[in-house]
Order: sequence, then structure tokens, then C-alpha cells
Amino acid sequence: MTASTIPARRPWGLMRHSLALTGRNLTKVRRNPGIFLDALFMPVMFLLMFVYLFGGAVSGSTGEYLRYLFPGILVMTTVLAGLLSTGLSINRDIKKGVFDRFRSLPIGRSAPLIGSVLSDSARYLVTLVTLFAVGFLMGFRVETGPVEALAACALAVLLGFALSWITVVVGVLIKEEAIVQTVAFLGIFPLAFGTSMVAPTDTLPGWLQSWVEINPVTHAVEAVRGLLLGGPVAEAATATVLWSVAFLVVLVPLSVWAYQRRV
Amino acid sequence: MAFAFETEGLVKRFGRTEALAGVDLAARPGTVLGVLGPNGAGKTTAIRILATLLRPDGGRAEVGGIDVVRHAAEVRRLIGLTGQYASVDEELTGRENLVLLGRLLDLGWERAKVRADELLERFGLAEAASRRASTYSGGMRRRLDLAAGMVGDPQILFLDEPTTGLDPGKRDELWRTIRELVAEGRTVLLTTQYMEEADALADEITVINRGEVIAHGTPAQLKQVVGGQAVAVRPVDPAHTALAAKVLRAVSGHEPDESGGVASAPVDSPRLLSEITAGLDAAEVEVAELSLRLPSLDDVFFALTGHHDSRTDAEVDAA
Ligand SMILES: Nc1ncnc2c1ncn2[C@@H]1O[C@H](COP(=O)(O)OP(=O)(O)OP(=O)(O)O)[C@@H](O)[C@H]1O
Ligand SMILES: [Mg+2]
Repeated sequence: MTASTIPARRPWGLMRHSLALTGRNLTKVRRNPGIFLDALFMPVMFLLMFVYLFGGAVSGSTGEYLRYLFPGILVMTTVLAGLLSTGLSINRDIKKGVFDRFRSLPIGRSAPLIGSVLSDSARYLVTLVTLFAVGFLMGFRVETGPVEALAACALAVLLGFALSWITVVVGVLIKEEAIVQTVAFLGIFPLAFGTSMVAPTDTLPGWLQSWVEINPVTHAVEAVRGLLLGGPVAEAATATVLWSVAFLVVLVPLSVWAYQRRV
Repeated sequence: MAFAFETEGLVKRFGRTEALAGVDLAARPGTVLGVLGPNGAGKTTAIRILATLLRPDGGRAEVGGIDVVRHAAEVRRLIGLTGQYASVDEELTGRENLVLLGRLLDLGWERAKVRADELLERFGLAEAASRRASTYSGGMRRRLDLAAGMVGDPQILFLDEPTTGLDPGKRDELWRTIRELVAEGRTVLLTTQYMEEADALADEITVINRGEVIAHGTPAQLKQVVGGQAVAVRPVDPAHTALAAKVLRAVSGHEPDESGGVASAPVDSPRLLSEITAGLDAAEVEVAELSLRLPSLDDVFFALTGHHDSRTDAEVDAA
């Protein structure tokens, strides 16, 4: 038997392979922008709807409410984008046998998963830029500086990235696409809305207040608010980073493990 | 290394289903092993274990002398997989699929593009290269699947029911391609539900049913067990069936079967066909249909197991 012509392993393999798969995912997003547009328009719709419908009632003026709401919507954008699509596309790839092809290749087992999450992060960026543009048109201004604004985006993306691994695990474990979708939605509500994002939380019932205090999204919203509008940041930002790291430390190995065991 | 790939006592369970109950498979380098079996026999499971996609629960599997469990990464460098289920990405074009695989195999951008175009040319997909795979016909899809398994120029190919669902013309075309790949020195594991296909392509055939090997041998040996070819004659006038049967008995020396206006009998050599036509002519039997066919999978199972029902328990339960 002659030797195979596949060249010997080159350094940086995992990164190269993950990037090749990221490119593939982005090509697919370009061809089939449905889910992407969902994740893009939903936050924009929320922003418009909340500000113009409830703004006057909650804060007395729409401008004041926009200032309050925008940082929350920013975090919601990346959280939604993370929860809505990553797990679904992975689930589809597994079912169609595309991942079997990848798994039969001499590439790192986590490369397809990393590729998915990276292409999603690229989408978050587009989404965030759009959101800032819409916010600007509505009258929102960053009151700190560009560095703080970038840090706010980075924090939001980090959390979205970390949370997206929840649906990766679900997408790998569960075969039915519809169920994956349901689980993603069930995850969205407590995470995205059980926060101080839409309105201050002092009037909430006690149990819900306790949840809001734990919810990583709450910390992210507070940190982003501080970064964009000025105010204390350190504690909330640290909590967000710790939460994200905790999610990643638990979920990444779990999904790789589940993915390897999945038939 | 005596075998290009080899399994010994392979066992795989899914819950209470024993998909493989101790299967031995082996192929010498440069040959085709046909694995013949009905739905649920365990063909795909065996291929997935050899291709490192599934872990066996027992037994041993080696590809190129390398253990598929302990050294999965090395095995993946040697193999090409064209699965019933391992598949291309339908949302990408044919070329994009192959270029991506080339990059994942570390060919580098330029080399990956050249390799993709070579394969598209070779598998007759050059014209459809820039179309999404979802627009391909069944035959084109199978060729793209095969091409996808060939990007790294592997010397060992696992083909899981590569022709299922193709019309006879497309199937012959794919058979030719597979023969070419073997002529270039590759070793192939091919699963199929058709005796005819195993006979056409395989050097050796392993018949499996419900996760067990029930026969192994060259196609010629297998045909000796299950009976070789059979000739069937359908006279224009059904009343002539008995007459046709008489001719068949005289020429073949076997007892013919008469049913539904068709007389059929096993023949030991296809050369007897001309004697049969001559005999039918002499007996003035006008023939509507005359065919020489290999035993079907069902005939094989009947000969090997003594009953026609080759379905799995689960399928019987579901029926
Ligand atoms: N992932 C799985 N979970 C549970 N049972 C499975 C799984 N994969 C296969 N089986 C069972 O294992 C047995 C063998 O299946 P396998 O797919 O290997 O058969 P096959 O010979 O490839 O059949 P076919 O001709 O239909 O492709 C079947 O009874 C099948 O139901
Ligand atoms: Mg199968």
C-alpha cells in the first residue's frame, strides 16, 4: 500500500481548521440569512417598541428611557444571537451527516464546534454595529469614550459567546430540531428578561429579585450601562467575566464530550 | 500488514439492539470486500466503527494495521468515507464542498482549489461545480459524495451503499468509477443490499444478517452455495409454459419451476443460454421474455438460512 498523500500535521492545525469551518458557516449565512436577520431585527424591534410604547410611562420621557434601555438591548442582542442559532445549525449539521464527514477527517474534534461559535461571533459584530446605528438615529449617545464603548461590546460578545454553548450542548444531545428550538426559547426568557434590562427591579416579587441578582445577564447589563453612560463598572464587569468563564469551563468540555459520544 | 483493514469479533449495542454481534471482516490491499446484507443487518454500523465515528463495545478493528479506537487520528489520515449518512453540505456548491475538505486536509488554499477541480473533472461534475449541491440529481450527489471522500487521495475507501436509489445507467457509471479507483491500487469496503452489485464489484463477499456473519467467500464460492444464475422464460402464449419448462429441464439438467406463465431453472453456465434459445426455437415456443439473472438477496438468504424473512425483529414488530 502506498502512503497517503495527506501531508503530515502542520502546526496551528486546530486554529486553521476552525477558521476554514468559520468561513463555511459565514458562506451559509450569506446564502440563507433568515436566522441571522431574526437575531438582528428582534433587538431592533424591541428597542423601537419599548422606547416609543413604554418610554413615556416608565421614565417620563422617551429620551430618558432610551438611555436606560439601550445598554440592556445591547446585551440582549448578543445573548439572543448566541442562544438562537448556534445550537440549531450544529444540530442540523449532525443530522444531515455533514459532521460525520468532518469527524472522519484528521482534524481536531472541537474544530467544527469552534468554527460555529466563531462565525456566530462575527455575526454578533454586524448585529452590534447595526444596533449602535439605530440607537444613534433614535438619539442615543455614548457618554463615555470609544474605549469604554468597545469594552462594552466585548463584554456583551463574551457573554453571548459563553451562553451560545448552552445551545451547542442541547443541539448535540437532542435530535429533534423543534425541541432544540423550544429549549433555546425557554432559555431566552429567564435569561434575557429576568433582568433590570427593561425596567428597574425594585417592584418585582422577592423570588424574581433573587433571580435577577444572580442572572449573569443582569451583571452584563449593569456593566455595559456603566461603560456607556459612566458610573461604577468594576464589580458588574468582574461578575460578567466570571460567569462567562464559568459557562465556558463547564459547557465547552461537556459539548465536546457529548459530541464525541453522539452516534 | 496482511490486510488493509480488518475487524475481529466486532460488537456494538444500541440499548437492547445488538447491531453487531461479533463480526469479522477483512480485505487484502488492492481488493474490494463486499458486505452484503438487508436493512438493519449492521452494515452502516460496521463502516462507522472502521471510520472512527463509533466506538465498538467489543472486538477489535484495524485500518492499515492501526487500531481504530486507540489511534483514531492516524486512521483518519488513511481513509475516505462515502456514507449512506456521511454527507456533503447541500447549501454549498460542489466546488466549495471539495475546497473546504481540501483545506481541512491541510492542502493549502491553492492546492485545495486545484484538487477540487481535478476531482470535479474526474467525476463529471465540472459543469455543475458552481451550483449548490441541493440542486444536484441523485446521481450527481452520489458522485460528489464519492469525490468528497477522495480529496485526500486515501488508499482505503469505505463506501456505504453507494448506488442505492440510482437508475441502472447511473449505477453502471458509478460501478465503472469504483472499478477505476480499485485499479489504481485502492482497497474498498463496499456495502450493498444487492447480490448483483457485490458480484459485479467485490473480490470477496461477507454476508451479514442481524449483526452476524452468515457466509463469506468469493462471489463464485457464494454462488455455489446459493445457486448460480437462473434462466427465466415467459412464452407469448402462457399455455406453452410447460413446453418451455421441458426445454429448460433438457438443457440445464435442473428441475424447472413453473409459475405465473414463467418457467425458470438454475443454469450452471451462462453459455447454456444459446442452447436454450435453440431448443425453444425447435419446440416452436414464441418467447415474450427471456432473462438470465443472479440470485436476489432474498434467494441468498433463503439458501443460507432456510427462510425468506431477512428482516430484523424490530422491523417485524413494526410491521
Ligand atoms: N444510533 C442508533 N441508535 C439505535 N439503534 C441503532 C442506531 N444505529 C443503528 N441502530 C440499529 O442497529 C441495527 C443495525 O443498523 P445499521 O444501520 O448498521 O444497519 P444497515 O445494515 O446499515 O441497514 P440499512 O441497509 O438499512 O442501511 C439496526 O437494528 C438499527 O436499528
Ligand atoms: Mg446502512
